[in-house]
Amino acid sequence: MIIDLPRFIAAERPSWTELETTLDRLQAQPDRQVALDEAQRFHLLYQKVSADLGRIATFASEPELRRYLEALTARAYAEIHETRERGRRFRPARWFFAEFPRVFRRHVGAFHVSWIITLVGVLFGGFAVMLDDEAKEAVMPAMFANHLGDPAKRVAAEESSAGDRGAGGHSTFASQLMVNNIGVSIKAAALGLTYGLGTIVLLFYNGVILGLVAIDYVLAGQSVFLAGWLLPHGVIEIPAILIAGQCGLVLGKALIGHGDRAPLTARLRAIGPDLATLIGGVAVMLVWAGLVESFLSQYHQPVIPYAVKIAFGCVELAVLSWFLGSGRAKDGAPGAAEVRA
Amino acid sequence: MNSELRIRTPEGIAFAYQLAGPVARCMSWSIDLVVVLVLGMTVNTVLAKFGIISPDLASALMTVSYFVITIAYGVCTEWVWRGQTVGKRIMRLRVMDAQGLRLQFHQILMRNLLRFADLLPGCYLVGGAAMVLSRRAQRLGDLAANTVVVHIAKHAEPDLDQLLAGKFNSFRQFPHLEARLRQRASPDEARLALQALVRRDHLEPEARVRLFGELAAHFKTLVAFPPDAVESLPAEQYLRNVVETIFRPRTGVEGKVGAVPAEAV
Repeated sequence: MIIDLPRFIAAERPSWTELETTLDRLQAQPDRQVALDEAQRFHLLYQKVSADLGRIATFASEPELRRYLEALTARAYAEIHETRERGRRFRPARWFFAEFPRVFRRHVGAFHVSWIITLVGVLFGGFAVMLDDEAKEAVMPAMFANHLGDPAKRVAAEESSAGDRGAGGHSTFASQLMVNNIGVSIKAAALGLTYGLGTIVLLFYNGVILGLVAIDYVLAGQSVFLAGWLLPHGVIEIPAILIAGQCGLVLGKALIGHGDRAPLTARLRAIGPDLATLIGGVAVMLVWAGLVESFLSQYHQPVIPYAVKIAFGCVELAVLSWFLGSGRAKDGAPGAAEVRA
Repeated sequence: MNSELRIRTPEGIAFAYQLAGPVARCMSWSIDLVVVLVLGMTVNTVLAKFGIISPDLASALMTVSYFVITIAYGVCTEWVWRGQTVGKRIMRLRVMDAQGLRLQFHQILMRNLLRFADLLPGCYLVGGAAMVLSRRAQRLGDLAANTVVVHIAKHAEPDLDQLLAGKFNSFRQFPHLEARLRQRASPDEARLALQALVRRDHLEPEARVRLFGELAAHFKTLVAFPPDAVESLPAEQYLRNVVETIFRPRTGVEGKVGAVPAEAV
């Protein structure tokens, strides 16, 4: 095709410039509402530039012009054909208090699977410590070495140190707990890439450790200490890990695609925002759990009576249950926001 | 593994992105690793000053800050720089949506958080294997986030004036044949001829003569100029004439079209 290039450029350049300006404006203000006439004009410009690129594509003498039009078309294509919701201004409070529980409920089935796997692990760990004295040494990782001894002796030691045992180290301890737990949560979610198998193994292993420790204390007659020690932070920390497992299972399910006829990319595209929300919510929960574990859980009777700690844990659990389960009636159809993707 | 990602729009227009391979991405990641380490050390040095007030608080802040830097570095830089980190900027790479659509925040977050699975069992073995096996050179995090990493082509044009100036072009006597040459030479052929001339001095004399001969012979098959205009023309000069004909600015075309957009690849 032979075209009069100078005339072609002179005639079309204003459209290219206008499209580029429009794109710059859209990208600079992603949350701006576009009026109907502006959207129509934008679409018209996109079609014009696409047509210009089609005309120039085989014209060897203007590689710079061709690359320019290709880049312009690619940018406009990304804006025109993007059907996902345009990025709104991030509102942390709205995201955490409204979006996070809503997404949690949307995938609550995966959460149920998550806690059932953990419970199986707990039962396995419990039975193991009941039947085999060496089970703790065999399974417990090095970081829990302080739980390998006799629970009764540990309780006696904890209760005899009435002063501030963690004096001068609470913040450091809290930060280490947060970092470790958030790291474990990210692993639990990321292992969903193994079609959920890695997540299942991690949840089961966490359950085994929890079961080993808990049943060991119960068998030693230290149930009250156990409840006072675990409940204040555990009622947040354990659900947080379970939600991270929920993330991994949702990811694994999308990869497997059982019962979903959408292609893999569409399935992954649909769950992406939900996974990001869930893992973000988990991080917030674990920051709270780390603070509680460091500044409250490590204090035992007589400094803080067990009844107070257990009551605090129960209140937290009730609030968490209400928080994650609230607003059920307000939920739209599951995944409604993602269907458009 | 394909070397390019081709996107065809519903309007029938196609454009391609050059996919980044494992080596370029590994180098980019190494640079980012150094940046994270330097950032971490700098922040720790500053936070250590808090040790005078509270050693516990300083230690806690250092623990958290390093963790946050490790996680947030990739997320923040890729979000602010539209798919680029320091390493990717240096290596001229960019993260983009696998369908060519707008990159979303959750995609950036996912591909960075899921990096953990790619790192297993160490040294990015899983991620590297996934990249080699993937059709679009995607690691697992990219697959889940539906992103790809592409090369950003250089747009610096050679100084054509210096390259082509002062040479008589016998083709100018045949404007209709020049027009036909411009029409028939594909963009890739034109670029190849130009690059051969640009890199002339980097070629061994024998290789240069052979290359220019092959290119000239190829362009002769596209358009046949009258024998008296080309019969005594060495292959190199023939090629210069071809390039000058194709790239020579014509009246009304001299002006730059505009800066190539940042997303251009």
